[in-house]
Formats: sequence, structure tokens, C-alpha cells
Amino acid sequence: MVDTLSFYIFALMALGGGVMTITRRNAVHSALWLIVSLLGAAGLFLLRGAEFLFAAQIVLYIGGVVLLILYVVMLVNLDETARARQFNKQWWIALACVAVVGAEIAFVMKRGLGALALPGVAAVAPTGEGNTERVADVLFSEYMLPFEIASLLLLVAVVGAVVMAKKRV
Amino acid sequence: MHPVTNVHYMVLSVALLLVGTIGVLTRRNIVIILMSIELILNAVNINLVAFSHHFGDVHGQVFAIFVIAVAAAETTVALGILIALFRNKETVLADEVDLLKW
Repeated sequence: MVDTLSFYIFALMALGGGVMTITRRNAVHSALWLIVSLLGAAGLFLLRGAEFLFAAQIVLYIGGVVLLILYVVMLVNLDETARARQFNKQWWIALACVAVVGAEIAFVMKRGLGALALPGVAAVAPTGEGNTERVADVLFSEYMLPFEIASLLLLVAVVGAVVMAKKRV
Repeated sequence: MHPVTNVHYMVLSVALLLVGTIGVLTRRNIVIILMSIELILNAVNINLVAFSHHFGDVHGQVFAIFVIAVAAAETTVALGILIALFRNKETVLADEVDLLKW
């Protein structure tokens, strides 16, 4: 009961925040609504027992990415942009395409619903380890190479961002 | 009330994905387009976590961690490009960036 209720609350946060994000005129308001949406998603992670991702979502996304976006909004003068037209001229084509994709996904999901209700796999015996421990075990054994590549990617991104944003290269 | 199943999470994830796609395709402000991309990646993460719970192993969550890492890298580079663009063109509207158009 509590589970169901909190699912709907968090889902409403995620979806409502998303809709508000893409419709606001002011980019700062958009960023604040994005925080609401990301918090909703974090709550959903918690409901599905992904405590580590819940923390990572809040620290990395809300504390890192949204803050970075807000900094850039402050660096870049957006006053004129806020007064300009917000949606491009092809918006109705875009909406039609999205409607087609949505209908397609709905059709596939409806047809495959039987295959989705896989029985009995979810009931896994608790091993006494926490979620963070299990994630770390898998991350540092099976996914060691991708982990290292991700760290390299982040390094390249940092250097690239600095080079891009510099006045004179 | 019905108990929450995986299908609920999938429907939510699809809805969020479509909202993000609408944002990417219709907005003119590049900053908001970037935020819409974050929405899309978040929809994917919700799906990954839901299925990770469904199958009772943590591989989906590890994937979601990689998605978050790549999203952070992508946003960093995109915002660097945006600052360079604003310095040269004085605009953050995506359809006014037409240097390669003849």
C-alpha cells in the first residue's frame, strides 16, 4: 500500500517535472524542475532497492550535472533568448514523429506483455550483503575494464571541456 | 490499489523518454535541449533498475552507473561547446547556428 502510493508520488514527480522542464521559458526554472524530476527518479530507484544508485543520482546528477547547467546559464546571457520564440517551426512534425514512436512502443509492449511477466525470478534470497556491496562486487570484477574506460572517458571530457571553453587555444 | 509491477515502471519510463524526445526535437534553447537529453537518459536508468530488481541481480544497476558517468561526460563537453559557441555567435538558439548552411 505504502509502496504503491509512493510509486505514484515519485512517478508524478518524475513525469510532471519532466513536462515542466521542457515547457518553461526561463532556463533556470527548467533546471529547477529538472531537479524535481531527477528526485522522483531517485525515489523510484529507492523503491526498487537500488540504494547506491539513489545516492549516486542525488550526488552526481543533482549535485553535479544540474549545478553545472546552472553555472552555464549564469555565464551565458539568456535574457534575449527568454524573450524569443521557444519552440522551433517544425514542432508539429516532431510531435507527429513522437506520437508514431509512442504508438509503436505501446504496440510492442502490448504484444510482448506475456513474455514480460516472467515468473518467479524476482524472489531472490537475501544474501545478507547490502546493495552497495553487491554493486561494487560486480563493478570491480566483471566490469573492471569498462570501469577503467569510463574513468578515461571522464578525464578526456574534463580536458575537452576546458579546451573548448578557453578563450584562446 | 493494484501492486506495482514492472509494467508500471516500463510505462513510466516510456512516457519520460517521449517527453524528453519532444523536448529535444521542439525546443530552440540549447541548454533546455541538454536537459531533455538528461531526461531521456534518466528514463533509461529507471528501466534498467526496474529490470535489475525484476531479475534479482545487480548488472542493470551497474549499467545505470555507466550511463550516469557517460551522461556527466557528455554534459560537460556539450556545455564547453555551448560557451565557445556563445562567445563566437552570441546565441544559444539551435536553429540560429547555421554556419555550415550554404
